[in-house]
Amino acid sequence: MTTAPISAPAMERANGNTKLEVCDFSAFYGNEEVLRGINLPVPRNEILAVFGPAGGGKTTLLRSMNRLVDNTRGAHHRGRILLDGKDVFAPDVDVVNLRRRVGMIFALPVPLPMNVYDNIAYGPRMSGGRDRKSLDEAVERSLQRAAMWEEMKDRLEESALHLSGGQQQRLSIARVLAMEPEVILLDEPTAALAPVSTMKIEQMLTDLKRQCTIVIVPHSIQQAARLADHAAFILMGELVEYRPGNELFTAPSDRRTEEYITGRFG
Amino acid sequence: MEALRERLIGRALLVVACSVILALAIITYFIFQAGLPIIVRLGLDDFLFNTRWQPAEEGGSFGIGAMVLGSLWVTLGALVVGVPLGLAVAVFSAELAPEWLSTLIRPAIQLLAGIPSVIYGFVGLMVLVPWVRTHLGGPGLSVLTAAIVLGIMILPNIISISEDSLRAVPAAYREGALALGATRWQTIWGVLIPAARSGIGASVILGMGRALGETMAVIMMIGNSLQVPRSLLDPATTVTSNIGLEMAYASGEHREALFATGVVLFAFIMVLNLAANAFSRRRLQA
Repeated sequence: MTTAPISAPAMERANGNTKLEVCDFSAFYGNEEVLRGINLPVPRNEILAVFGPAGGGKTTLLRSMNRLVDNTRGAHHRGRILLDGKDVFAPDVDVVNLRRRVGMIFALPVPLPMNVYDNIAYGPRMSGGRDRKSLDEAVERSLQRAAMWEEMKDRLEESALHLSGGQQQRLSIARVLAMEPEVILLDEPTAALAPVSTMKIEQMLTDLKRQCTIVIVPHSIQQAARLADHAAFILMGELVEYRPGNELFTAPSDRRTEEYITGRFG
Repeated sequence: MEALRERLIGRALLVVACSVILALAIITYFIFQAGLPIIVRLGLDDFLFNTRWQPAEEGGSFGIGAMVLGSLWVTLGALVVGVPLGLAVAVFSAELAPEWLSTLIRPAIQLLAGIPSVIYGFVGLMVLVPWVRTHLGGPGLSVLTAAIVLGIMILPNIISISEDSLRAVPAAYREGALALGATRWQTIWGVLIPAARSGIGASVILGMGRALGETMAVIMMIGNSLQVPRSLLDPATTVTSNIGLEMAYASGEHREALFATGVVLFAFIMVLNLAANAFSRRRLQA
C-alpha cells in the first residue's frame, strides 16, 4: 500500500477505508517530547501492530487515541488524531463516549473486584443498561466472542479475582467487547501470559477484526509478524517505517528496522 | 565486643516490646478482677438489660441498660454523621482535589485529631446546644448534640484510613474503568470504593471504637440523665460518661459496679478492634 516514510500530504488522500488517522502528532510530558510528528493511518477492519524498543512512545500513542493521557499530569500534545475523520481532541468530543467507541486492554489484566458477570455487564450498565435480559445477552455474546463462554458459563457468579491470568485477560477483552467498540487498543496484552493463553488471544483478535479495527502493541516481534496487517516501527518517538506486515517483516526498507527485527538491538 | 553490644541492644528492645504486652495484660487483669465478681453475682443479663441504676439506695440497684442504650444511640448517630462526611472528604482528597489542596487537607485533618476532646465539648456547648434548643426543641443537651460532636471527632480516623486505602487502589483499576468509558464518578463509586472497602470498613470500625470510648465530650453534651432516651432530643447518659462522673466518689458495691461497666466497655472495644483487624487483613477479596 504505502511506502515509508509517510508524508503529511499522503495522509490527506486517506479514504473511507481509514478508521483512525494520526496526523502530524507530537506528545509531551512536561518538556519531554515522547512522540515526534507521527503520521499513521489505521485501516478499517485490520490489525495494526505498533512495535519498537521500550520507551519509544508506543503506549503514549495508544493512550492518546482514547485520551487516557488526559489523566496524566503534565501531558500535552500537538497535531490531531482523527476517528472517522473527527479529531478526538476536539473540544466538543465527549471523552466518555470516545472511550466507549475506542476500547483498551492493558498488559496486566484488570479484573474489577466483582464477579465475572458484573465485570462484563459493567460497561453496558454504565451506559444505562438495566434490563436483566439484555444484560444477560450482552454477557453471553461478549464471552462467546472472547471464546470463553464454554468455560465461564457456570462460573458467572465467581469472583473475577479467582480466575487464572489468561482467563482474566480474556475477561478484560470480553468486557471491552460488551461495549461494542469500533476500535480496540491493546497494549502488550499477552506480556504477562503463558503461551497457550497467548495463542488463544491472538486467535481471538484475528476473528475480531471482522467487526472492529485493532491497534496492538505486541509483546514480541514474532507476535507482530503473526498478527499485523500493517505494522509501524517506532523508535525513540519517531515513526521509522509503516508498511503492510508481510512486507515490513520480510523486506524492511529502513536499516534501523532491519537491525531491530533481526535482533541486532532492542 | 561489637557482637555483645548488638546482643544487649536487641535484648533491651525485646524487654521494651514485651512491656507493651504486659501493660495490656495488667489492665485486663485488674479490670476483670475488680468488675467481674459483681457481674457474676447479679447475673450478666440483669446487669446489662436492667435500666435501673440506683447506687445510693440501701442494697442498691445496678442495671446499666439505660447507659448501654445511650452509648449505642450516640455511637450510631456519630457514624451517621461521620461516615458519609468522612468518606466524601477522603474521596475528594484522594481522587478529585488538585495536589496542592490535598497537601493542605491532610495536615488539617491531623490537626483535627490532635484537638483535646474537652475543646470539642466546649465548642459544642457554646454553639450546637443553644442552636438545637432554639431550633429543634428540648433541653439542647441531648443524644443528637453528642452524636454530632462525636461524628466530627471521628472524622480524622475515617478520613485518613479511607484516603490511604483509596490511594492504595492499583492505578490499573482506575485506568481500566476509565478506558471502559466510565465517568469519574462511576469509576469512584463502582470500582475504587469497592476495591478500597476493606480499609474503609476498618476505618469505620475504628471510628466506632473512638465514638464508643469517648468520655469527656460526651459528658459535656449529653445531659447525663439516667433514663432511656425516647427521642434524639432527650438527654441520656452513656457507659463512659457514667464511669467518668461517678468514679470519684464511688465506694463499695457502687465502685465494683463501675468497674463492671468498664468490663463491658472493654469487651465491646476489643471486639471492635478485632473486627477492624479482620477487615483490613481481608484485602482485595471480592
